[in-house]
Parts: sequence; structure tokens; C-alpha cells
Amino acid sequence: MYTLPVYIVYIFAKNYKSMEINQITIIGGQGKDGKMEVVERFDLRMGDVISIVGPTGCGKTTLINDIELFASNNTPSGRQVLINGEPIPEDLTFDPSKHPIALISQHTNFLSDLPVGEFLSIHATVRGAADTNKMIGDTLDFANQLTGEAIIRETVMTELSGGQTRSLLIADAVVIGNSPVILLDEIENAGIHRAKALELLKTYKKIFVFVTHDPCIALLSDFRIVMKNGAMTHLIKTGPEEKAIALEMKKMDDVMLEFRSQIRSGLEISKTTFDKNIKVLSYN
Amino acid sequence: MKLIIFAGPPTCGKTTVIRQVIKRMKAKELKTAFVKIDVLYADEDETIHKEFDIPSKKIYSGELCPDHCNVVVLDEVVEWAEKEGAGYLFVETAGLCLRCSPYVENSLGIVVLESTSGMNLPRKIGPMLTLADISVITKIDLISQAEREVFRYRVLEAARGITVVETNALYGIGIDPIVKHIIKSQDIEFPMYLKGNPPVGTCTICVGKKEIGAKNHFGVLRTMSEDLFYVGE
Repeated sequence: MYTLPVYIVYIFAKNYKSMEINQITIIGGQGKDGKMEVVERFDLRMGDVISIVGPTGCGKTTLINDIELFASNNTPSGRQVLINGEPIPEDLTFDPSKHPIALISQHTNFLSDLPVGEFLSIHATVRGAADTNKMIGDTLDFANQLTGEAIIRETVMTELSGGQTRSLLIADAVVIGNSPVILLDEIENAGIHRAKALELLKTYKKIFVFVTHDPCIALLSDFRIVMKNGAMTHLIKTGPEEKAIALEMKKMDDVMLEFRSQIRSGLEISKTTFDKNIKVLSYN
Repeated sequence: MKLIIFAGPPTCGKTTVIRQVIKRMKAKELKTAFVKIDVLYADEDETIHKEFDIPSKKIYSGELCPDHCNVVVLDEVVEWAEKEGAGYLFVETAGLCLRCSPYVENSLGIVVLESTSGMNLPRKIGPMLTLADISVITKIDLISQAEREVFRYRVLEAARGITVVETNALYGIGIDPIVKHIIKSQDIEFPMYLKGNPPVGTCTICVGKKEIGAKNHFGVLRTMSEDLFYVGE
């Protein structure tokens, strides 16, 4: 078992103070053409699930990076982030153990040459966990609900697959980071169970921001920001009609997932199986 | 004048950090000078001079280790920068064996570390990290947030009390806190002293004997199983 030097635990325990967040505000800056953004500001409140959509290269990742960095007119977009209506206190910026925002980037591999258990143990200590061992167990349980093959403590981080890496990143942010705000960049790409991820995540009262190309995730959000050419162009609240459509889309999604799971397990898909599976989709 | 010494493994982003810092210091109308100490090749002095129009210089260490070179030339370098009217002298060293520490007392020592270089790097580099005042971590956009936190922990574990600044220097993110530390650092005092002792460097290998094996050398030696011993007069 990895043991931590006492003075380090002390340094982190002293510095660690979680931050009470009720609301995050993003004030628009400018797009790639230098023009002011159409969406001048938007607010995120505890429990909100939102999506950021738009074609590849339109600046979605830049927007969540701005949020994660607490931009205050110091990034190329000129955006500003407020917490509870106030600008960010200077000592908060870039001290990651006090960071209330977790960003799950598109990374599908770790660069850390440590075994999973040791890495999580250090991270839990940095975050001031009382029971490190339980924290590691909970994180792995969460992650393993999203992956195909289970992650074990002894595996070296760099050997994890893309899906395992993303699953572990999400689980780490939710369980160990316990971050009030979680930004997820295209989780649909990693081959993890995304409906299960969304369902699991929603049991935690946090702010979730999804960068996504997935219509299902977009319509299951409370609202979505549409982007073009580096700028936020629309803010669309999900109305009752779209919410109903989202549930129908989820059924389509489940059907596709069922086929995926059958193919993965070595089955051949017959016309009968196909017809039987799509029966739940009662269109036309 | 204030002396700021940047050290770090090759390709960790030292020059990129320095360029971003100089850019901001120039905007504040502060007078800076830049010196690069390298082994065989460097063009940063020219590119930085061209970009910012500040006094700049390069020194090739050649047959000497670049950190040893730093020790023997730094007094003249400081004199040169003072003549040029600089208030802040930036020295970038190549520091190749990663065992030396180029920092001078009453100077600001900045070690630049790449976040992608693995969790054991902070344990490997010794005084270059432990005797620095600030550890600038670069390329944070390339690793996950959880890894950033653990890397930072490993840095603090090796160098207790060091100031850690995380940057994405290419985009100029995280540079402002470095500039603040530089501006409030203390003036250099003479005579100048190294903060730490460099490892023993005067040996038969340094001066050109190429034969392999302890039996072919004299001075402070060791074998695979024996600890350090001395052979000679």
C-alpha cells in the first residue's frame, strides 16, 4: 500500500477548502471574426444539465476550456466567468486541489505511469479524503459500470483502453473530485455506456455541461448553446415537445446499443432479431 | 537588477514561458535582457531580440557542462546586462544532466517541468527542482485534470514549499502569476554564490579520457558494487 508523507497530507489538508457554488455565469466575448457573441451571457445553476452543440471546429472545446480556466478577459475569446455573480478570487485560479470544476477532456489515454490504485490514492489524499481506500473502491465501482472490461487497481494507467480511461476520468471527477461543476467533452466518442453515464451522473446534484454531437444528450439537457465560428449564436431551452422527443430518441438509442452489444458478444443479427428489436419504435 | 534563472529538461517549454513573460513585462515598460546558455546550438537570442527588441546574448558551453559554464561566466553576464540598462536579466540554461542546480542566492530560480513527462520526473531531478523558488508546469492542456493534481502533488512532495504555477504557455495561460513573482523578487547581491553544490565534475572523463571502466580513470570514482572512493595523489 502506498503511504503518504505526513507533511504533504498536512499541506493539502490545510489548503483544501471546497467552494460553495450556487451559480456560474458565462459572459460572452467575441468569435473568431472578432464580432461580439450573440449570446451575451448564460447562467448555470446547481442541478442544471446543459449541452454545447455545433459543427467540428466551431469552438465548443474552447468554450468549456474558458469555463474551466475561469477566463476573465485573459483568453483569446475574451469571455468572463463569474461564480455566484462575483469575479473569481485570484488565489483560486490554478490551484487544482481547490478547483470546483472538473473537465473531462477528450483525452483517451493517461500519461501517468502509475498503477490505478496508487494514482487514485494520491488524488484522494490531495482532495482531503477521510477514507482513501473506500474512495478508491467507490471510484472503480462507478467506472466499471461504464466500461466493457473492468478496471483493476494494479493496472498501470497508461495501459487502460480509451473507454476505460474516459470512464475512470468521469468516476474520478464525480467521486474523488466531488466537483460541483463537471464539463464533459464528447463522452459519446469513447465507446462507454453513455445513457448509463447520464443516468448515473444525474443522481448527483451538480452542474453538468456536455459538449456533444449526440442529439439524445442534447435534448435531454435543460438548455443548449449553439456555436458557430467560435461564437455562441443561440441559447435554446428544451421545451415540453423536445423533451418528449428526447425520450423517443432514447428508445432509438437503446435499440442501437442493443445491436452493438449483440455484435460485440459475437452474435449474428438476423432479420427476425432486427424486426423484433425495432418493434419498440412504433413509427409509421 | 533582478536575476531570474530558468532551468528545466530539454523541450519542456522554457523558451515559450520566457517569451510570454517578456511580452508581459514589455507591456509594463519594464527593461529586460535575455541570455541563453546552451551546448552546441541556440537561436533563441536572435528570435527573442527580433520579437521584443531587447538586449540578448547566447553563450555556447562547448566542452564544458552548461551549468558549469553558467557558474564561470555569470558575473560577466550580469555586468553586461547592467550596462545594457536592464532591470531584469533572464538566463535560460540547458542543464543537460539534470543533476546540477544553476540557481544563485538572491536570484529567482524557476524550474520548468513538462506535465507530460511522467509522475516520477519530480523525484528524478533533484536540486534543479528542490532549490528552485518556482516550479512552472507546462503543457497542462495535454493531461487530464486528475493527473495535473497528482503531478502537482509529486512536485510538492519533492520540493516542499515551492510555488507551483500551472501553464499552457503556448496560449499564454497561467503566465501572469509568474510575472508577479518576478517583479516582487529581490535584487541581486555581490559577490554571487550558488545556492547548491554541483556534483563533482572535474574528472578524467570530463577532460576527455574515453576508456570505459573505473580502472582507466582517477579522481573520485566508484564501481558497480563499491561506493565512492578516491584514486590519485
